[in-house]
Amino acid sequence: MSRHPVTTAARTEAPVTTTYREALREAHRDALRSDPRVFLLGEDVGRYGGSFAVSLGLLEEFGEERVRDTPLSESAFTGAGIGAALRGLRPIVEIMTVNFSLLALDQIVNNAATLRHMSGGQLSVPLVIRMTTGAGRQLAAQHSHSLEGWYASIPGIRVLAPATLEDARGMLAPALADPDPVVIFEHGSLYNLSGTLPVDPVAVDISTAAVRRSGTDVTLIAYAGGLGKALEAADALATEGISAEVIDLRVLRPLDDATITASVSRTHRAVVVDEAWRTGSLAAEVVARIVEQAFYELDAPVERVCGAEVPVPYPHHLEEAALPQVVDVVAAAHRAVGARA
Amino acid sequence: MPSLGADMEQGVLVEWLVKVGDPVHRGDVVAVVETPKSTVEVECFETGTVEELLVSEGERVPVGQALARLGDGAVAAAPPPDASGSPDASGSPEAARSTTAGAPPPTTAPAPRPRPLSPVLRHRARELGVDPVTVHGTGRDGALTRHDVEAAASRPRHRLRVSPLARRLAAQEGVDLDTLTGTGAEGSIRADDVRRAGRHTTPSGRVHPPVSTAPRPAAAAPTSDMRRSIAALMTVSNRDIPHYHLTLTVDLQRGLVWMRERNRELDMAERLVPAALLLAATARAVRSVPELNGHWVDDGFRPAADVDLGLILSLRSGGLLVPAIAGADRLTVDETMARIRELTRRARAGRLRGSDLVQPSITVSNLGDQGVDSVLGVIYPPQVALVGFGAVGDRPWAVDGMLGVRPLVTVSLAGDHRASDGATGSRLLRTIDRLLQTPEEL
Repeated sequence: MSRHPVTTAARTEAPVTTTYREALREAHRDALRSDPRVFLLGEDVGRYGGSFAVSLGLLEEFGEERVRDTPLSESAFTGAGIGAALRGLRPIVEIMTVNFSLLALDQIVNNAATLRHMSGGQLSVPLVIRMTTGAGRQLAAQHSHSLEGWYASIPGIRVLAPATLEDARGMLAPALADPDPVVIFEHGSLYNLSGTLPVDPVAVDISTAAVRRSGTDVTLIAYAGGLGKALEAADALATEGISAEVIDLRVLRPLDDATITASVSRTHRAVVVDEAWRTGSLAAEVVARIVEQAFYELDAPVERVCGAEVPVPYPHHLEEAALPQVVDVVAAAHRAVGARA
Repeated sequence: MPSLGADMEQGVLVEWLVKVGDPVHRGDVVAVVETPKSTVEVECFETGTVEELLVSEGERVPVGQALARLGDGAVAAAPPPDASGSPDASGSPEAARSTTAGAPPPTTAPAPRPRPLSPVLRHRARELGVDPVTVHGTGRDGALTRHDVEAAASRPRHRLRVSPLARRLAAQEGVDLDTLTGTGAEGSIRADDVRRAGRHTTPSGRVHPPVSTAPRPAAAAPTSDMRRSIAALMTVSNRDIPHYHLTLTVDLQRGLVWMRERNRELDMAERLVPAALLLAATARAVRSVPELNGHWVDDGFRPAADVDLGLILSLRSGGLLVPAIAGADRLTVDETMARIRELTRRARAGRLRGSDLVQPSITVSNLGDQGVDSVLGVIYPPQVALVGFGAVGDRPWAVDGMLGVRPLVTVSLAGDHRASDGATGSRLLRTIDRLLQTPEEL
């Protein structure tokens, strides 16, 4: 059960109602409490409480040494985090959105991801970088893109995408325990996701994908902001008698091929949901692996539901049109499953 | 049905390469016939227009029976004859020349049988990348014609759209994908389509091994037919022909030196092998010993006008073919080599022509490549002699009172004692030896 915490089954104590944002905050609180080497740095993480209010109250609780506001200088504070990690601390760097992380890409790609290899294993960079990704909140193109697929192509880092309260609560601890850099993508539409969690945190892994719903006719593969849409689509398909299995990738690098292949080998059809642009996307990588590893199990071409290849638009209706929607996932599943006998 | 070998009594018309209304010229290949020995392309003896095909594909007919009627084209527009083959369907018989006189047309169509596919056609299909099973035959009884195969190759390839899973299931359950109608996008065949078909064919749901729906190739049996044919012929030979055998060991030093020199001047594809030298020398020698060149017919020897040198070719699949090099005594060594190459290639490909299978006047069995010392052969009746060659190899040899190492070959003769005596046979062997000592004169 610890590997795939799918549900928040009743435990000894009554579960508490919480949100994705609060779950993240609790995870930070735990980390700051349990390990003096852990500290948080980034733009507006202290006095403002975080651009998305994840760290609200942490400055007051842990002080300025542990919760540090930085200038608007992604490259500088990410580099500072790398340096601190090299010297033995366990920094958590918060970058406001993935769009701005491009300013720190040199630090992440050329330093954080390479130093273990370039030092012949002498150096470790036990760094956690968190950032927001995704669209759907009318924040326009410069705050809304989904570039996590780019990061997922970089050897030397682990890339996580918590899409559930359990993962929001549970992924930070193993990420901090990882001796190498871990990048965590929080989809902006998930912060207000609410639900219940057990009082005691449930341990989660940061290496496997999770089957969030079992089914027999088609596998819907999603992550982060796409998971909710895939689950909704599975509900809709169930009313038509189509049994959809839903996989939450959770870990975007390294991909959990075994879970994907096993599921597609059962259902023989797959739909990959990815809010990012289709070209060269993570969805493309997943499809390639399915074809490589489960070709003879396929009963239909693998479908992709991806974001339109435009900078994410500002107007609400255009933004909706540019993003994968539940109806799109249902339609793709129909194409994959075909005429039912 | 032409005689494609002295022992041939009947043949199966495997494929028509022409149809009613087609103009044909003397020498055109018009049909494929399977004899007990081989599959042979039959050439037409006349020029004209095909008015009626008298024999159906797949039919076995005796030598001498008319296969088709040719005319001057006046009735070329007439519809193809129906199965009854009634003469009035093809215009005036008097106006038409018959390729072979006196043979009655078949009166009934043969029962439907698996579509015969000649090796020639199979080879062509492979060349063109056409799966013959998927081609609709337009010949009699749905038989494939060369035209069908070539048309299929030129058509835009219709490829079944089958999902990988469906293809795998179909193979497991023995479902023929060609019989399915796909319900997927663009008519693609999906796993469910295969499962539905599988349920129909196997009510128990049990998986049974794939059933081959391919027609049994017409040439699947030639080995045994050929074996039977060889058996009959050799039995006759041993029973009727009083054989005598002679051998002579020949020094090939000069011959091989000459050959190596010659090969330096030749393209790789034209280079000589010792067999060319041996055959060329044999053909010339036979010309000077006419008592061994001909046939024993009706208790008498009939000398042949030309030296048509039979060449025994063993097939990889087993069995023998004996195509002939016509007028072999008039060929140079280079030309002999070219003829050997052609015959070997055509025989192994199953594409020998009628003209390759004329009755030889004498036959050569060269078992040198098999490494044996000598061949004590069995004569092919009605011929009266067979020349054999063993392997060419370096052996000790006395030359001018000294022991030397020379490339030697043992030449043998099997002679029919009814037609000749040992002295005649000895003359042939000595002549072969003499000619091989002056290879430049061959």
